[in-house]
Amino acid sequence: MCRVRPVSISHALLGLLEDGPRHGYDLKHAYDERFAPGRPLHYGQVYATLSRLLRNGLVVVTGVEAGGGPDRKRYAITDAGVTDIERWLRTPEKPEPYMQSTLFTKVVLALLSGRDAAEVLDSQRTAHLTAMRELNRRKAAGDLADALICDYALFHLEADLRWLELTAARLAELAERVRP
Amino acid sequence: MTAVEGPAVLAGADLHKRFGQTVALAGAGMRVARGEIVAVMGPSGSGKSTLLHCLAGIVLPESGQVRYGETDLLQLPDSRRSRLRRTEFGFVFQFGQLVPELTCLQNVALPLRLSGLGRRTANARATAWLERLDVAGVAAKRPGEVSGGQGQRVAVARALVTGPAVVFADEPTGALDSLAGEQVMKLLTDAARESAAAIVLVTHEARVAAYSDREVIVRDGRTRESVVLT
Repeated sequence: MCRVRPVSISHALLGLLEDGPRHGYDLKHAYDERFAPGRPLHYGQVYATLSRLLRNGLVVVTGVEAGGGPDRKRYAITDAGVTDIERWLRTPEKPEPYMQSTLFTKVVLALLSGRDAAEVLDSQRTAHLTAMRELNRRKAAGDLADALICDYALFHLEADLRWLELTAARLAELAERVRP
Repeated sequence: MTAVEGPAVLAGADLHKRFGQTVALAGAGMRVARGEIVAVMGPSGSGKSTLLHCLAGIVLPESGQVRYGETDLLQLPDSRRSRLRRTEFGFVFQFGQLVPELTCLQNVALPLRLSGLGRRTANARATAWLERLDVAGVAAKRPGEVSGGQGQRVAVARALVTGPAVVFADEPTGALDSLAGEQVMKLLTDAARESAAAIVLVTHEARVAAYSDREVIVRDGRTRESVVLT
């Protein structure tokens, strides 16, 4: 797996909880293995994220094992949590360079949960092309300096799109790795 | 899938096509409104060029429908389909579309001459289009004597000279560098918009697709857009 850090830890944790309730400790290890090998999360980040999700009603505590301590709680995703992750997967990211880690997380979570990962990529492609059309219009209306600035953005967005196409072509292979 | 219904200058629905054992189209469809520029994108071998060829009546699918206005393209006899292609459609491909023995002017005038127009009128219209595309200087040259970018502009002039309702462009900038490609795309789309011609633009390049109004994605011979023709 690539070493990428999802921008949205909370959505990654929610996505992992869709498989079934887990302890915070398990969640941290599942996250590290799937999304950040070699760059593990701190326990503090995991619990801070979980308590925020709890406060927002996206997860609930389904049990606390004897012995106490924060890592003894078992968390489960709520209906509101499922709705939240579906909305997140469906909403394309704002097209900008260096967004691949968020997209990577979305694609892996879509595959993990049996959702349509190609749809995630397709809606992102549409958002990118819309941004590129807008840049073309700005280019046509502006002077040479505007054109050079727009060209720079256009080439970077195009690079993102090439990554999207390649990822789309590798979805079947990726699905086998993610859900053996 | 999004179902798209209603009037279109050109529409294909539920198109199926095989080449030997290879399935090129497995139910693809798309519609193009008058004056609309639609990019057809997808991985290599996804069927995007076959979709273009079916919509243009160059390749006949095993099943499905292609409607140009009220005309069922697939039910027409070959001769009428060829005539319709010559008068209503324009074509720009990546390579090899200009006749090497003719001058650039003669190449642009060719579709008009084939439709029975006199030499003088045909040449005058062809000259106007060469000027519009900023390549009047190569009128007397043969395609082998001009640059790739100039050759593609001549090809665009030839595609538009008959005043087509639809231009089919298959990787029109595939053999050009970034700047020449940009110039060709800008001239092609500006000229098409001025004459209200629609463009079906097959490309794998996002910067080229960004000249379109919207995109249709072809994957494994299918499109997400499902077209219903009644």
